[in-house]
Amino acid sequence: MDYSIKIGGEAGQGIQTIGDTLARVFSRTGYHVFTHQDYESRIRGGHNFFQIRFSDRPVMASREKIDILVALDGESISIHEKELSETGLLIYDSAALREKHQKPSFLDIPFVGLAAEKGGSKIMANTVAVGAVLGMLGMGLNILNEIIKATFKKKGEDIIKANIAAAYAGHNFAVENCSGCSFSVMPPSGPKMLIGGNDAIGLGAVASGCKFYSAYPMTPSTGIMNYIAGKEADYGIIVEQAEDEIAAINMTLGASFAGVRSMTGTSGGGFALMVEGLSLSAMTETPVVIALAMRPGPATGFPTRTEQGELQFALYAAHGEFPRVIFAPGTPEQAFYLTSRAFDIAEKYQIPVIIMTDQYLADSQWTFDGFDIKKIKYTDYRLRGESFKNLTEYKRHAFTSSGVTPLGIPGASRHTVVTDSDEHDEEGHIVEDAGTRIRMVDKRLFKKLPLIGNEMGPPLLYGDPDPEILIAGWGSNYGIMKESVDELSKAEKIAMLHFSEIYPLPLTGKFDYIGLLKKAKLTICIENNATGQFACFIRAETGYDFNAKINRYDGRPFLLEELTGEINACIGRL
Amino acid sequence: MPALEDYKGQTPAWCPGCGNFSILKTFKEALVELSMEPHQFMIVSGIGQAAKLPHYLKCNTFNGLHGRALPVATGIRLANHNMPVIVTTGDGDCYGEGGNHLMHAVRRNLNIKLFVHDNQIYGLTKGQASPTSVEGMKTKNQPFGVFSGQLNPMALAIALDCSFVARGFAGDAGHLKWLMKEAINHNGFSLVDILQPCVTFNRINTYEWYRQRVYHIEPEYSPEDRTEALGRALEWGDRIPLGIIYKNHRPLYEERIPVIKDKPLVRQSFDLSKLEGTLKEFY
Repeated sequence: MDYSIKIGGEAGQGIQTIGDTLARVFSRTGYHVFTHQDYESRIRGGHNFFQIRFSDRPVMASREKIDILVALDGESISIHEKELSETGLLIYDSAALREKHQKPSFLDIPFVGLAAEKGGSKIMANTVAVGAVLGMLGMGLNILNEIIKATFKKKGEDIIKANIAAAYAGHNFAVENCSGCSFSVMPPSGPKMLIGGNDAIGLGAVASGCKFYSAYPMTPSTGIMNYIAGKEADYGIIVEQAEDEIAAINMTLGASFAGVRSMTGTSGGGFALMVEGLSLSAMTETPVVIALAMRPGPATGFPTRTEQGELQFALYAAHGEFPRVIFAPGTPEQAFYLTSRAFDIAEKYQIPVIIMTDQYLADSQWTFDGFDIKKIKYTDYRLRGESFKNLTEYKRHAFTSSGVTPLGIPGASRHTVVTDSDEHDEEGHIVEDAGTRIRMVDKRLFKKLPLIGNEMGPPLLYGDPDPEILIAGWGSNYGIMKESVDELSKAEKIAMLHFSEIYPLPLTGKFDYIGLLKKAKLTICIENNATGQFACFIRAETGYDFNAKINRYDGRPFLLEELTGEINACIGRL
Repeated sequence: MPALEDYKGQTPAWCPGCGNFSILKTFKEALVELSMEPHQFMIVSGIGQAAKLPHYLKCNTFNGLHGRALPVATGIRLANHNMPVIVTTGDGDCYGEGGNHLMHAVRRNLNIKLFVHDNQIYGLTKGQASPTSVEGMKTKNQPFGVFSGQLNPMALAIALDCSFVARGFAGDAGHLKWLMKEAINHNGFSLVDILQPCVTFNRINTYEWYRQRVYHIEPEYSPEDRTEALGRALEWGDRIPLGIIYKNHRPLYEERIPVIKDKPLVRQSFDLSKLEGTLKEFY
């Protein structure tokens, strides 16, 4: 069982509501779910879609072929009809769309008419559509009814009843009229966790003791701010919407200096504005976590689409030489745990840590058996309470063997805490002398760097342990690469090397991944950008050059059939 | 009670005769009289001659980037609203590079004290025009004279309904000390624009030039009338008013945030026990 459903229509028609609801029904039923969204930079009109894939085995990428297409507008038919699988069906409301099709793969369902008749309002047309899809699949409505009850709890019993009636109307209509429906779903198992990339980062921050988040809204990072803001009261967090990204990172650094775990998030354009603040974090040794959710550039680019075009930017952003850590999670689960690691490393070494995602990961949802809170490491590295009060002397930037000076909380003792964006002495005051400069660079950079390097985990090897074909990539391409390996492993000795801990590049002592690359007959670096930035980074750091590259840079994510086809083409050229 | 020696910092690197010396000395005296010990408050500054002030004092200090002192101060206040936060800045740092932050900091109304050393010129970069330079002033970078209009920070602040708006003069230390104390004691965002002669680069707005023009606002003036205050703020030229031009009792931002009602963020412990419940929301 492996079905894909696409809901297409204009912005504002409720595509996301239908998609979210269906995904939740499937995950609660116990299926593995993967969703991804494609939308335009507008609030009304245009053409958007929401794609759901669900199966009884793990799924982590979208397919090209669609089994059920829910067309809420005419454009959804003209654009996506060709994507229907052999047994695929398209459902639409001929009265609402004012067009009638006689094809056997089309099923005309009066979403609006049934909503008005059975639910009492046209508004419930989307509930009719959700009920209809579940009817086509031969699934019951118990879980949907629970979701309706929870969603409309505040709106009262009448609204709940009306929506349930609308869902049954759609369900019954599909069961009675869908002669072409041949779907068969597996019996339900235990409910699964369904979570998207942005929520996973927000959850990771909340679970790591983040107390302050400041940002300026920017797609596709805004979801992180929305999530954390929703947890302000429960967890004692302040979310401050800044006047611009420059203010956002400076506020974040202020809060961090004052003693709380702090984070900011943005996309490429906002990160460009934050860059001077990134350098300030380094000079003042103030911990900061930055979520950088990429979208295609340059400039405003494609505001709502996806690209991995900012790796080189994040690696080298900001003036001056200083250490930083870059993570690029490949799944919401990795995003959750790496966000927690980001807070730990940022505070432990008093450095900036950047978590890179993109619109594809930010907006896609995955199912998991659950996250393990016990794996969250929380160490308070701050100097506070009696241990600070009892010190006879305190210098914010005192030289130490590790380069790390304990982070004193201003006001928590009689010692003053002083820092400066100018080069400074151990106390934090401005200096001009060469000797102090050298010792400070050694402290901030050379002493910390090997310790930070040791923190970085190796890339993940999946597939044949002794591969002839080795595909490599980073960040959000995890799922598509893994599924491609599954697909191609029937015919090939193939494996995937996925990097989620990017910089400093993991050491090869425990796992010689460069050796593995050198041994393979064919190595391909797969990236959602035009120039192959990760391949370039690997060559710069190790001298290793990939045999081939597959790049997609049209602002859309790779699809399974497309990527396996391109990998096969590379193999064919061997 | 602290003594002046308790605030001894590094030796200032300002030009001899700079108005900043008087501001520094006055500020230290105000701190002594207010009994604010060095570890009990924080100075945030940016870049410029005024921004070096915290190094010449003893206090908690975040000397950050050019123009960005106010956002840092905002973050500090939100994380620890028990900590008095004072920003020392200049006309270039605050009204130029950081202009956007000023507007929004005034709107937020956190309890931050903003002392702007306004010398109507760029000192650190050697004599270019600042937002408060007079029209027509010739500099190396403005050989035909300044074309842009002179910013009126008092009128701007009143237009934004800033909680406390005052002007002092580095050459009138007693009055300036009183203003600084009034600003620190005021419950709200407080802007004190301090006229500060730059003896090296500003040959127009000298001690003598200011002395001929400044006057103390009369005691019977009511600073709570916004319209009248705007009229007073617009006075510039032959007569320049010194004193509290405007104040109001807008609610403090910190006091409106429910999560820090009982104690500051920095003193709240992190409780993992709620996480199980939060995770359930994803099923």
